[in-house]
Amino acid sequence: MAKLKSGKIFASGLWKENPIFRQILGICSALAVTNLLINTLIMGLSLIFVVTMSNVTVSALRNITPTRIRMMVQTLIIASYVIIVDVFLKAYLPDISEALGPYVGLIITNCIIMGRCEAFARNNTLWPSFVDGVASGCGYAFVLLTIAFFRELMGFGTLFGMDVMPGGWTNWIIMVMPPGAFFMLAAFIWVARSLPPREEEEAGVKR
Amino acid sequence: MEQLGLSAPVIFFAAIFTNNILLTNFLGMCSFLAISREVKASLGLGFAVIFVMTCTSALNYLVYHYLLIPLGLVHFRYIVFIIVIAAFVQLVEMMIERSSPVLYVVLGIFLPLITVNCAILGVSLFMIIREYTFLQSVAYGAGGGIGWTLAIVAMGGIREKLQGAKIPKPLEGPGIALIIAGLMALAFMAFSGMIQMQ
Repeated sequence: MAKLKSGKIFASGLWKENPIFRQILGICSALAVTNLLINTLIMGLSLIFVVTMSNVTVSALRNITPTRIRMMVQTLIIASYVIIVDVFLKAYLPDISEALGPYVGLIITNCIIMGRCEAFARNNTLWPSFVDGVASGCGYAFVLLTIAFFRELMGFGTLFGMDVMPGGWTNWIIMVMPPGAFFMLAAFIWVARSLPPREEEEAGVKR
Repeated sequence: MEQLGLSAPVIFFAAIFTNNILLTNFLGMCSFLAISREVKASLGLGFAVIFVMTCTSALNYLVYHYLLIPLGLVHFRYIVFIIVIAAFVQLVEMMIERSSPVLYVVLGIFLPLITVNCAILGVSLFMIIREYTFLQSVAYGAGGGIGWTLAIVAMGGIREKLQGAKIPKPLEGPGIALIIAGLMALAFMAFSGMIQMQ
């Protein structure tokens, strides 16, 4: 029973209530970091970490947090985890930390995390909150990676820095520039929202 | 860094046109997509953003350079910046409510939204990363705010006209807004090359 429920939460976070194309949250970073797969991967992992840990912490403190100042408390919890991620990236992956620039810090204002803490973790126990955090984070990372896959493939002709396109391939420079990000995300939303509801659920389970 | 050579006015214009904070750095997208349905609301939010962004970039500069660096607390800048922004917004809201009811009606409802607008925090973080001086930071904050307003007001105008248009069902709302933003970003790319900033 409990297992079934966790699975359900997971699937809905991944597809049915996917933070990016269902709820249109956290668009800023979805657009900014997706020109290279490797940056996107790191960003996705950072976000999964932050959203999961903040969800768990908010859930653990839910009975002793005064309701009126909960937003402030949540922000501070999120900011603390972002600092951990930031320091970690600076120490072990300095190149990527530089490429991501301020966007690591901007995870704090990423509405996904605040949204999950406010909508889910505040009213649920530890384990569902943990699952919900991982699911939302994975849903986010999955969309980002898909977008980054196409942007890097078309813009640079590479995947994770390796050449994959045949010799005659001309790079679509526009894909790695800002407008390409907008078009790509719009196309993704278009495709995702045109799929009929039935298929959506199956796709959610499969992934 | 090469940005050190740029004077404050140059940074000001660069932040509006060539390096528009919304269209090239994607900051503040959430409220951009949510509020840009009509020109009037966009304008109100825009003014609030200009004001808060200019003041908080100045405040955060002072806090960072005269408080955090001497104390060795640089890693805590995220928490400190967020608190400065939240406190400032709260303060402004109270002050406006007391002193100018007219202004409160125009800006009031938008002020709480601004705390979570990533553009505000983003400007403060960019200014630290690019090692701006005080004057440069203020110019960047003001220019960034004006550039953001320009983009959201233009967007509001276009979306007002869109109401009668036939849009494929799945694209309605955020989808079409993103495509328009993409076209706007293309248009703004025409300015690039005037000032080299990155």
